[in-house]
Amino acid sequence: MADLKAQIRSRKRWDAIFALCGLLALMVGILTFAALFVDMALDGAGRLSWEFFTNFPSRRPGEAGILSAWIGSTLVMLTTAFFAVPLGVAAGVYLEEYAAKNWITDVIEINITNLAGVPSIVYGLLALGLFVYQFGLGQSILAAGLTLALLILPVVIVATREAIRSIPQVIREGSYALGATQWQTVRYHILPYSLAGILTGVIIGMARAIGETAPIITIGALTFIAFLPPAPVTSEPPFLSFEWLFSPFTVMPIQMFNWTSRPEAAFQANAAAAGFVLVLMTLAMNGLAIWLRYRLRRNIKW
Amino acid sequence: MAKAESRGLSFYYGDFRALKNINMPVHERKVTALIGPSGCGKSTFLRCFNRMHDLYPGNRYEGEIILQPDNANLLARDVDPIEVRMRIGMVFQKPNPFPKTVFENVAYGLRVRGESSRRRIEDKVEGALQDAALWNEVKDRLHQPAYNLSGGQQQRLCIARALATDPELLLFDEPTSALDPIATASIEELMHDLKERVTILIVTHNMQQAARVSDFTAYMYLGDLIEFGVTDELFIKPKMKQTEDYITGRFG
Repeated sequence: MADLKAQIRSRKRWDAIFALCGLLALMVGILTFAALFVDMALDGAGRLSWEFFTNFPSRRPGEAGILSAWIGSTLVMLTTAFFAVPLGVAAGVYLEEYAAKNWITDVIEINITNLAGVPSIVYGLLALGLFVYQFGLGQSILAAGLTLALLILPVVIVATREAIRSIPQVIREGSYALGATQWQTVRYHILPYSLAGILTGVIIGMARAIGETAPIITIGALTFIAFLPPAPVTSEPPFLSFEWLFSPFTVMPIQMFNWTSRPEAAFQANAAAAGFVLVLMTLAMNGLAIWLRYRLRRNIKW
Repeated sequence: MAKAESRGLSFYYGDFRALKNINMPVHERKVTALIGPSGCGKSTFLRCFNRMHDLYPGNRYEGEIILQPDNANLLARDVDPIEVRMRIGMVFQKPNPFPKTVFENVAYGLRVRGESSRRRIEDKVEGALQDAALWNEVKDRLHQPAYNLSGGQQQRLCIARALATDPELLLFDEPTSALDPIATASIEELMHDLKERVTILIVTHNMQQAARVSDFTAYMYLGDLIEFGVTDELFIKPKMKQTEDYITGRFG
């Protein structure tokens, strides 16, 4: 009996060793992020005020704010979502539900996976040639939104496909057995049941896009911009204006980049504060993704 | 009187011939049971009747399944599987209610057909739930999620879902294999009541169930139809030695 106990003890030692290693590995990531975040928050805390959000950038660090940057980021994100969601979801649904399983589909699948790994600067160069010059969209919010939409398209497609794949086949068969067409099955079952997964994927993609700097710089976003795009809502009919799509803009990461490259120390505090806001925006988006997934999945069980 | 008849039916999964020249009637307003050991092709045969195999690539039918009264060959190339499935309902092995409300589950077949009158849908849903002997249990929770029902209730809901569109033929693919004995008994009783108005074809791995619920039984083995006959005769005096071996438990 004593032998047995000793033997179990020695085997269990490895449990403890592995658990410790795992914990350490986890801490490397979490603590690094926490340290960076806290450091940034402390550096920028002095600059966080209402004026910081409502002021344009300025030569005087004390008066500089992120108004044009956060509005630019928001508008670019809206444009990105507007293009990436329908395209990505339609492509994902097509690949899962409609496409024949043959080598062409396989090639497309491999390419989508590869697209997710293409460096974002490459998308920036493509967009510069295609959207900015070829299509003549200029250095506009529309060009930036399209660029980032391309960038996150693979993420949306993959998330859509995975969400669809988790729907049991018997649900599809149940729908078809009642005489439903493919589109009816997609419309009444596939899309509603995969919505949670799709939204999660979309938001994670957007959280990536909001921090992207390289492709936006490549297409020529301004770094110093002291005006806002035209308002989307007007006081005269037709009350909606899409002029803002063609307006020059800047976004949060570019504003940060601009401030960090200034020699004055006071601008470093601005950059830290802007970084803090940007991280909060990303965290808020991820939080929204988790909440939506929880809410939408509550009513779906197989 | 045959509601449907399989004539020279063979079925291929790619190169594999899963059904070999099956000739068999399905009699109107009777229950016909398909029995046989696993892999004998009984589910494959059942799923030919509503062209379920068309959902997957590489499947091929040969021969005919004739449906009365219009003498239509369900397997003909110019017959749309959707049309077939609108006439022939199916209940699956595992209850598969949609993750929607009880009401929406039953209404789905009507919505698919473009029915938009709220009144007519409500009437049909109530009627189908009554026919499936479920109305009294769910009438107060029509708008609650279907997965709150028990397994047996879910399966009766799936039956109601199929009944709501007035199918001419109802296919059951081992409908009680995931249910407990009490729920099984209620489904069997329900089938007995339903055959007054709808023809039933059922696959079962349970010979006692076939003996209890069916009027006709077909014994299949390795893709062949070995014997088809009136259930009582087939179980008491099978003509084929193979059938006898299977039903007496010497094989299978």
